[in-house]
Amino acid sequence: MRRTLSVAEGVAWRTLHNVFTNPSLVIPQLAFPLFFFTAFVGGLSRIRHVPGFDYPLGYTAFQFVFVMLQSAAFGGVFTGFGIARDFEFGFARRLLLASPHRTGIVLGYALAAMCRWLVTAAFITVVAFAVGMKVGGSGVDVPALYLLALIVNAAAILWAAGVAMRLRTMQAGPVMQMPVFLVLFFAPVYVPLGLLRGWIHAVAVVNPLTRVLEAGRGFLAGTPTEVGAAFGAAVGLALLFSLWALRGLRKAEAAG
Amino acid sequence: MTTTRDQVLLLARRSVVRTWRQPAATVFPLLFPMLLLAVNSGGLRAETHLPGFPTHSFVAFALAVPFIQGALFATMNAGTDLARDVQTGFLNRLSLTPLRGAALLAGQLGGVTVLGVVQACFYLVVGFAAGVRPKAGVGGVAVLLVFAALIALSFGALGAWAALRTGSAEAVQSLFPVFFVFLFISSMNIPRNLIATTWFRDAATANPVSYLLECVRSLIITGWDGEALGLGFGIVAVVGVVALTLAARSLPKRLAR
Repeated sequence: MRRTLSVAEGVAWRTLHNVFTNPSLVIPQLAFPLFFFTAFVGGLSRIRHVPGFDYPLGYTAFQFVFVMLQSAAFGGVFTGFGIARDFEFGFARRLLLASPHRTGIVLGYALAAMCRWLVTAAFITVVAFAVGMKVGGSGVDVPALYLLALIVNAAAILWAAGVAMRLRTMQAGPVMQMPVFLVLFFAPVYVPLGLLRGWIHAVAVVNPLTRVLEAGRGFLAGTPTEVGAAFGAAVGLALLFSLWALRGLRKAEAAG
Repeated sequence: MTTTRDQVLLLARRSVVRTWRQPAATVFPLLFPMLLLAVNSGGLRAETHLPGFPTHSFVAFALAVPFIQGALFATMNAGTDLARDVQTGFLNRLSLTPLRGAALLAGQLGGVTVLGVVQACFYLVVGFAAGVRPKAGVGGVAVLLVFAALIALSFGALGAWAALRTGSAEAVQSLFPVFFVFLFISSMNIPRNLIATTWFRDAATANPVSYLLECVRSLIITGWDGEALGLGFGIVAVVGVVALTLAARSLPKRLAR
């Protein structure tokens, strides 16, 4: 266990050092969520006047939860790009040779992704409060929203790690990114689930991210809803993608 | 004259074939805008209940967006391919031939324009399948295709200028987020008069992309709107003339003989 943690610590430190000393990695990580937040809140705030839109805290808070979850998911995917790069340039092979316990490699990348996202989350939160976002939740509800997003971040990095370790090339980027994009945007992004109609409603109902998004909005408003289903979905995805990532690691080992 | 025409045709053919052989350069510009159209038209359909929304079909409203996204991809394709030609030395080898600089630009941009029109036809077919019927009729569809060709040409010229100026495919690709910001801070998802946030409405009004969207949108949901068409075609013409001039001025440095 100690050897696993030691490998994880080394991988996480290196990944974080690479990210936070490279502006071309830090800036997109902060700019993209900010940009989506600005575009959605600024451009679409009139949607709160659509009959049936019943979120009590207004459109800024409504979109804040989506942007938090999106930044969490894409934070995981962006870290996955780094894993693919490590494989493409041969660093990961040296890492596999040097690690006494290789599960620590996956754990290290996951820890780095979570730390990366915490910085993004802090930044977006400050911006949201600066533009007047209201919060209805208590001292328990709001941290629960962040915990939920952190689990989504873990699930996303484990998914991306599994892809990166199987394909071992930076060309795997769209394979990591596109399913995450689809799962996120097939949830009730712009309006509550009840206002969606047609095929998108049917897709959103079975989309696990819908539960997470609805629960997150409930936490922020101080009216928790679907908490069990949301945490169940998020933890379930994280566990499933843990297996996916570990099997990916075995495939990378087998490939030499 | 015939020689120049042959040069243009050969280079245009090369440009089309080259793009066609890269699945990422053909499939992504066709599928990604359609995916975004599906997501947005499903998620934002409730917006059509807002008083003053110009149509009952959000697909009809949002169908303008893929045309502009197609322009972004044209910029990227034209720029990246030309930058790669600079990086791999293809342009240096061309400079040893009697090829005219204008033929190089025309050929490259001709290929991009052809692909732009193919993309536009695809978006229109998807729109038809989703039940959208352009208010401006058959003539409107023809104008739309001309507009799509002009957008691809103008924005492709912008990409070509970036490629000739920097000589780096990465530098050209780094323009993509900038264009994406222009697309999102526009009337992409909601008419300008319905944007509630003042600064966003002002930014969208100052953003030329809003007028390109509104030009396409007018033909689909309003009919023949001279002001929207004039602004859209005017902006494309200005972008095209400026970008072509800049690209033509950068070309001699890359084709030094």
